[in-house]
Amino acid sequence: MTTQVVDGTAAGATARGRARRPKPQGRAGRFLSRHWYAWAMCAPVVVVTLVLIGYPLVRGVYLSLTDATEANMGRTIGMNHIPSTYEFVGLANYIDIVTSSEFLSRLTWTIIWTVVCVALHYGIGLGLALLLNRPLRFRSLYRMLLVLPWAVPAFVSAFIWRYLLNGEFGVVNAMLRAAGFGGISWLDEPFWAKASVIAVNVWLGVPFMMLALLGGLQAIPRELYEAAEVDGATPWQRFRHITLPGLRPVSSTVVLLGTIWTFNQFPVIYLVTKGGPGGSSEILVTYAYRQAFEGIRNYSGSAAWGLLILALLVVMAVGYRRALRKQGEAW
Amino acid sequence: MSTVSHARTSRAGGRYSRRPGASLALHATLVVTSLVAVFPVAWLILTSIKPRNAWQSTTVQLFNNPSLDNYIQVLGQTAFPRWLFNSLFVALLTTALGVVLSATTGYAVSRFRFPGFRSIMWMLLITQMFPVATLIVPIYNLLAGLGLINQFPGLVIAYLTTTVPFCAWMMKGYFDTVPVEIDEAGRVDGLTPFGTFWRLILPLSKPGLAVAAFYSFITAWAEVAYATAFMTGDDKYTLAVGLGQFVGQHKAEWGLLTASSVLIAVPAAVVFLLVQRHLVTGLTAGATKS
Repeated sequence: MTTQVVDGTAAGATARGRARRPKPQGRAGRFLSRHWYAWAMCAPVVVVTLVLIGYPLVRGVYLSLTDATEANMGRTIGMNHIPSTYEFVGLANYIDIVTSSEFLSRLTWTIIWTVVCVALHYGIGLGLALLLNRPLRFRSLYRMLLVLPWAVPAFVSAFIWRYLLNGEFGVVNAMLRAAGFGGISWLDEPFWAKASVIAVNVWLGVPFMMLALLGGLQAIPRELYEAAEVDGATPWQRFRHITLPGLRPVSSTVVLLGTIWTFNQFPVIYLVTKGGPGGSSEILVTYAYRQAFEGIRNYSGSAAWGLLILALLVVMAVGYRRALRKQGEAW
Repeated sequence: MSTVSHARTSRAGGRYSRRPGASLALHATLVVTSLVAVFPVAWLILTSIKPRNAWQSTTVQLFNNPSLDNYIQVLGQTAFPRWLFNSLFVALLTTALGVVLSATTGYAVSRFRFPGFRSIMWMLLITQMFPVATLIVPIYNLLAGLGLINQFPGLVIAYLTTTVPFCAWMMKGYFDTVPVEIDEAGRVDGLTPFGTFWRLILPLSKPGLAVAAFYSFITAWAEVAYATAFMTGDDKYTLAVGLGQFVGQHKAEWGLLTASSVLIAVPAAVVFLLVQRHLVTGLTAGATKS
């Protein structure tokens, strides 16, 4: 199905992707009358974005080039206005961050966290989607139960898991002890804390992947499988040469969405381990947040962290757009 | 269901024909994963109906004098009702503003090609992936300058930065599925582009609008970082912040926390299960068309 697009006042529909074709009439008046309502319709979002995102972003860039902290930021206490005393320091904040060992260890852990989580989301999600795509008794029941982790608000799940994984009173350790093993201090040792937050995030993220991939599987024409079966293809060959290619468009979208969400996943880390023990499970986003809002608030440092994180994500967005373009979605 | 099972059953004759071993393995896998998915939620509910201090038990007990004491306590003796009201207020306001603002843009980028189109698509794509850490400090300073820290409008403004780009993006995906012939018919009948949008397309797009509304609501309802940073007074907490108070540095009231969690999660989960099909379609819009 190709989506058709009404082009301006002309009743004709042009194919998508021909946005930049040369205008037959270059005259300003016609140009305006042709497009003004499209602009008017976009105006609310553009205004909101510029004011609420554009301005803070510019301000963030400026702050990141200064040494602003809570202590030297201008403020008003009662009747007295204290002027700001922070100064422009150029790229010093960025250099400090990039050369610090903290940045490297946070970045490494964030990448491990993202890759492991997304790989498990996708792998388990695909496995379950394949199982649920078969004719099967109780299919809707399984489907509903498996979606449950997505239905519970993430902060509630984070609290549940913090209780389940509690070293002394958590039910996970209680079950381990009942089975004759020793308990594990899940949230108090760096390795287990990392494993725990990954497990929690996988638990949270699988349902979305499963549903999206199930939708993708159901969109693959049945006849392809039947034809392959007639030709004597093994189940593995059918999976490899029909299922995987057929899922590609959905996969690329959900993997990218999953990557962005996991990379930015705040509540799981912040609420389950609070970044601990000793900051070992802190990802870039929670680390930057802590810089900004704990102790003496380091506004400039945290703004620089934030912009570095954003830069990493923009690189991913470019990759995403490339992928879209390959599929023919041209804009 | 029908098409898939038809293909199998017509070939093999019986309903769900499969070797018994394979069938057993299939169901065993699904039962185990379903248990993993459900267990934490089930345990939450079980803990919430135990006595207030029963969470400090080192053995596995499914039931322990079940009662609703924790719920009575939470609703009567804590600030939970206040937080619930705060969360509802913030989430509803975010939803209303977000959907109204984003629908027209979604329509414009779905139907028209105009100068600036590509910039707007880029803007929508990039802003929806903004990490919370990038904007939180400048927005905090901006709101502080306007005197909106610890005020609900301030929090709503912060949430709009997340929901508006995403809703516009999702609405574009939905409008793409509405046949363009409808627009043309409206145009032929003499409707202006706004008239077409308002009188023809919007009424047809109620499911899309509902999903965008649901997404906005859930985002505002479950947001932690902005609410923690901006809401400094106990009476202004939203649920996500308030709940943390039950298990703070010096006390751990897991009994109360679990009861409040159930009160929050059950309505959210019910609505979610009703709309999730549409939500997946909205989130992967554009990827599934051939």
